[in-house]
Amino acid sequence: MTNTTPDVHYLNCDKGFKSWFWTLDHKRLGLMYMWSVIAAFILGGIFALLVRMELMQPNMGIEENAALYGWSKELGPANLYNHFFTLHGAIMVFLVIIPGIPAALGNFALPMMLGAKDVAYPKLNRFSYHLWLSGAIFFVLALVTKGLDTGWTFYAPYSLETDTAVVFATTGAFILGFSSIFTGLNMLVTIHKLRPDGMTWFKMPLFLWAIYATAIIQILATPVIGIALLMLTIERVLGVGIFDPTLGGDPVLFEHIFWFYSHPAVYVMVLPAMGVVSELLANFSRKPIFGYRSIAFSSVAIAIFSFIVWGHHMFVSGQSDLVNVVFSALTFSVAVPSAIKVFNWIATLYKGSISLDTPMWYALSVIWLFGIGGLTGLWLGTLGTDIHLHDTYFVVAHFHFVMVGSAIFAFIGGVFYWWPKMYGVMYNETVAKTGTAIAFIGFNLTFLPQFVAGSKGMPRRYFDYAEEFASYNFWSSIGAMTLGVGLVIALYALLKSLMGERKAAPANPWGAVTLDWQCTSPPPPHNFDHAPPVDGPYDHELVRWNEDLQGYEPVDPVDGDPNLARMGSAKLA
Amino acid sequence: MINLVPHLLAFQQSSSEQTPEGSLFFPPKASNFAAESDWLYNFIFWVSTIAFALTIIATVYFVLRYRKSVAPEPQPSPTHSTKLEVIWSVIPSIFLVIMFWKGFELFVDYRKVPAGAYQIQASGVKWKWTFRYPTGAESDVLHVPMGEPVEILITSKDVLHSVFIPAFRVKQDAVPGRYTKLWFEATMPGTFPLYCTEYCGKDHSAMNTTTVVHETRGEFEEWLKGALNPYEGMTPVQSGELAYTRRGCNACHSNDGSANTAPSFQGLMGATREFEDGTSLVADENYILESITNPKAKVVKGFQPVMLPNGGQDLSDEERDFLVAYINSLQAN
Repeated sequence: MTNTTPDVHYLNCDKGFKSWFWTLDHKRLGLMYMWSVIAAFILGGIFALLVRMELMQPNMGIEENAALYGWSKELGPANLYNHFFTLHGAIMVFLVIIPGIPAALGNFALPMMLGAKDVAYPKLNRFSYHLWLSGAIFFVLALVTKGLDTGWTFYAPYSLETDTAVVFATTGAFILGFSSIFTGLNMLVTIHKLRPDGMTWFKMPLFLWAIYATAIIQILATPVIGIALLMLTIERVLGVGIFDPTLGGDPVLFEHIFWFYSHPAVYVMVLPAMGVVSELLANFSRKPIFGYRSIAFSSVAIAIFSFIVWGHHMFVSGQSDLVNVVFSALTFSVAVPSAIKVFNWIATLYKGSISLDTPMWYALSVIWLFGIGGLTGLWLGTLGTDIHLHDTYFVVAHFHFVMVGSAIFAFIGGVFYWWPKMYGVMYNETVAKTGTAIAFIGFNLTFLPQFVAGSKGMPRRYFDYAEEFASYNFWSSIGAMTLGVGLVIALYALLKSLMGERKAAPANPWGAVTLDWQCTSPPPPHNFDHAPPVDGPYDHELVRWNEDLQGYEPVDPVDGDPNLARMGSAKLA
Repeated sequence: MINLVPHLLAFQQSSSEQTPEGSLFFPPKASNFAAESDWLYNFIFWVSTIAFALTIIATVYFVLRYRKSVAPEPQPSPTHSTKLEVIWSVIPSIFLVIMFWKGFELFVDYRKVPAGAYQIQASGVKWKWTFRYPTGAESDVLHVPMGEPVEILITSKDVLHSVFIPAFRVKQDAVPGRYTKLWFEATMPGTFPLYCTEYCGKDHSAMNTTTVVHETRGEFEEWLKGALNPYEGMTPVQSGELAYTRRGCNACHSNDGSANTAPSFQGLMGATREFEDGTSLVADENYILESITNPKAKVVKGFQPVMLPNGGQDLSDEERDFLVAYINSLQAN
């Protein structure tokens, strides 16, 4: 059987630290991104747990906290708490969710999905990763020097006067912005230039459409956050009067520039997640995705609309009433393509043959979590209800459902999906599913009570709160710990698969017909010896289950390469 | 699991009036906006809940009905259906338009301040609110008459803050260098929390106070009269103690010797102060007066010069005298 793990593959073709650090191989870069993102996620997760620990009970004043945690009274728990939630947010947004799917999974899978040997600009790709590392170093510098207490939003004028390490953090975010821009550029050019013969735009897997739409946002919107943070840094260091009202500046201007990037950035997080979910649902249902074109176009529509809705973050900021009304109306326009995606996903399940493997558990979780995250956005887009809910825990719960419930769950689902391809091993399904289930329950327990705390009036970013919010916060903290346990189990399932007796993965364990599954697991250094033939990305009848392989094999293999399915009428290039 | 009996946070001033309870999802409905805002909330809630339930039921049904053990092979089915896709785009869109429109209508009410509304100025400074009434009275708790439109003209002396009264369903950011406003008509007597909802640094979560709704105009006028000169009939030390909380000195300076954002007032008079620039002096009345009016002139070692002149408050000469007297009275143990 030639279908098993090859002797030489991208993991063992070259050894040593340098062979990884200076690699140009998109798969190695994708893997390094993935582990870096996971490391940052653990750090951000620790800060999240510290936040929830503080909030577990009300009236934890200075004395009680100092006694409980051994914190110095001079620093004060409020100060520490402010550092915790700021670092949690900044790390999760800039270091985890934005690069999560596009840079880690995108790098690993996208060139293979195109049947290509690498991305269009491998050196730029390596530079993106090194920029990510540099940005991360600045975040760590901020963390170990004076910390950061501005909130991840860096709102002026507070960010201008706090004595914490704002400049380190803005510099880090600035550099990470360029990492994101270069990744987007690379993906965009790769999709344009390296699509194989026969792969027309509408024969691309939907993951590619999602990464393409994401890349548009990364390239067009990210420079604006760079400018915003640069202006903030200049204002802080030189005091030229851009945002500081005592110098004639306008703090609301910062909010505008900040959200002009940071709202589209939400879709940098969510669009690739939707791409992953589309792949998973189609492949684990063994059905072509329902309404392919609507899903593809809705990605592009969301990318375009995302640029013109930023003002909904500012309904009570003091911006003009007319502007508020216009932004409210535009905001509702994003709801339609989002709803279309969900309905199409569900229709994909209809009359399929559904395998409930671990990645599918994540995909189905995302339907639930994105459903809640998306629908609760309606209260916040509606002007009349947003006034009450703005900056309360309702908002906190809403964006966690979107950014964690959708983006992070899809990311983890994607990791479980491509893990056999990455390492050539299968993980223990029972352990992995146990982790998924606990994480799902923990997530809902954490954030559902926060909606109620918010509509009852609990403001966000509070380190202490009124007695009436006590029960919601207590259960939310229990949920956060449950979520943490679930994620640790999920990580354990992955790491365990690499240790001891390994269970070798077949080339195609899930029965997908996208090209990334048409090379060995793990892939050879150059992915394909010759460009694979191309047909529809969801023609599942081209592969069939083989009990000996414990995986899928082509029904009609191309001569000389049993991993390559002969696809319809397509000819070898 | 959900605590249905809300307790009121122990705020700086307690009121003898019972605060009414809220409902499962909401604080009490205590203003003209509450009923409409909650109605809209519930409308979106039911539309969303039904839509969500349908999608989840369909998902679960399909997963069970077409799981591999039951359906080993996929069955032929359409890969798209323009009719279906138009239906599930148009029907949600209709609800979205209704939501937008109802939200817009309510927003117009929120923004249209009735002519002749009673105007109160609110000013935020880290970490304290000050409310100023047309008679010249000032308070750190918001007092309003019931059944009359009240306009709050909001600004900030330092960073962004935000006025949020959950029971009234109103919220508006306080922006330094400009005015913003909100209005409401209180419909229920009682005492309701008022929070700062724009993150403003260390004691953001302590920047809360209450709103007292007086049942009649007469009751409100009575309170106003008393608020005009709150120091009447007090000794300078008592007045200083009142000014200490009323003017928000207590947000940063403790009166019991414990360290906070700023040095404690206890035992200050007569103590030797070491400054950031290496100089030192023995604290006397003139040093304290200077530290109130020009806090950055001498910065005590180990503290940040974050205080605004007069603490960002409009302190009268008299109040400064009271504070000096009060600090003088806080001898070290």
